[in-house]
Amino acid sequence: MKNLISMRDLSKEDIMRLMDTAAKIEKGEIIPNMQRKLAALLFFEPSTRTMFSFDTAMKRMNGDTIIMSGTKNTSAKKGETFADTLQTIAQYSDIIIMRSPIEGAARYAAEVVDLPVVNAGDGANQHPTQALLDLYSIIKTQGKLENLKIGLAGDLRFGRTVHSLAQAMAVFGAEFKFISPSFLQMPDYLKDDLIEQNIKFEEFKDIEGNIDDLDILYVTRIQKERFADPEDYERVKGSYVLNKAMLENVKENFKVLHPLPRVDEIHIDVDDTKFAYYFPQAKNGVYTRQAIISILLGEV
Amino acid sequence: MSQVKTIKVNAIKNGTVIDHIAAGKVLKVIDILNLTGNNSVMIGMNLTSNKIGKKDIVKIENRELSKEEANSIALISPSATLIIINDFEVVKKTSLDMPEYIEEHIICSNPKCITNSEEIPSKYYINNTEPATARCLYCEKKYLVEDLKIKI
Repeated sequence: MKNLISMRDLSKEDIMRLMDTAAKIEKGEIIPNMQRKLAALLFFEPSTRTMFSFDTAMKRMNGDTIIMSGTKNTSAKKGETFADTLQTIAQYSDIIIMRSPIEGAARYAAEVVDLPVVNAGDGANQHPTQALLDLYSIIKTQGKLENLKIGLAGDLRFGRTVHSLAQAMAVFGAEFKFISPSFLQMPDYLKDDLIEQNIKFEEFKDIEGNIDDLDILYVTRIQKERFADPEDYERVKGSYVLNKAMLENVKENFKVLHPLPRVDEIHIDVDDTKFAYYFPQAKNGVYTRQAIISILLGEV
Repeated sequence: MSQVKTIKVNAIKNGTVIDHIAAGKVLKVIDILNLTGNNSVMIGMNLTSNKIGKKDIVKIENRELSKEEANSIALISPSATLIIINDFEVVKKTSLDMPEYIEEHIICSNPKCITNSEEIPSKYYINNTEPATARCLYCEKKYLVEDLKIKI
């Protein structure tokens, strides 16, 4: 593994190696040392969680980071090409971790520079490190990745985290329930991929009544601004808010995941139940990103 | 009575004939080959074909298409045949195969794709299924081959 650009590039073996390394890092069985290593965090699009998570991962391993956030103060504003920006940053650092609103930006970056490149999100396309931390959270709570029943709820059209996760879990034979308003459904090109892989999925419009047979419910936020008419949003938003009462008949092993930030799609009364796993999930992100960086830099 | 074979589109001395183009697709072929320069171009549409029923044909004088250019034509009409003519004689006749990978000649329809914001060639993997599909290496969007925007 030279770069981490898309879940499509990863074999089952690659994924399991990452999971295994993250687990060993969490347990303290391996302690990667990134002293004198510098990660360039290039965030051409705002992020707090993902950026902090990478920053933490690097610093937990005694490494350091240089951070660019937004394009306001960069030479891109002066007309420098993207390729030149990348080649320059590559002179300073050992690994490039980047987020961009442009789809395919990380793939292109990996072609331009010789350093390992990690895609920390490219438009509505991929967010593979989120998918991997989600997988790590699933394996930790379910003890396995194979043959699970997973519900994905919320904005399935524009949410890159659900796209990457669906692709990743398909490799392990998951069965899906997609729960979203009709115009925010999982895109056809992704559903076609699942059909090609003989992966079963069903589509629903409400969370309530559709979660009792799930192992995992992955909730994402529906952004009000996606709706052309605010009244449409008001009409449907209640169908995508998970609350404690809905959890009465869920399976014992059931867990609720969320990539965060949450707004109101998971009621706070869920937080105290044994089913809530979104905050530990965020912590898992650090172990997973430590594993990703360590493997790409050949330190484990 | 002996069969008389007539040529409905004039023969060319030197150049390329693209035969067996699926009927109705010839204008798209002309469009992607950007045949607006100095070459004489003759086209025939909806001609009877033993091979594919109805066909279109285009004859381009004094231009020999490269393999790469021919590949792009396969994207819109895989049945097409490429014939190179030299001094009125057929010197090469090849049927086109759908390419597995094509660089530069597809304009990604995704406005957010990096190939539409940076000066870089698009890269597409073609899946020769029924219907054939193509996936952008960069933004990973998948399109039906017949919907692709092609340029040469």
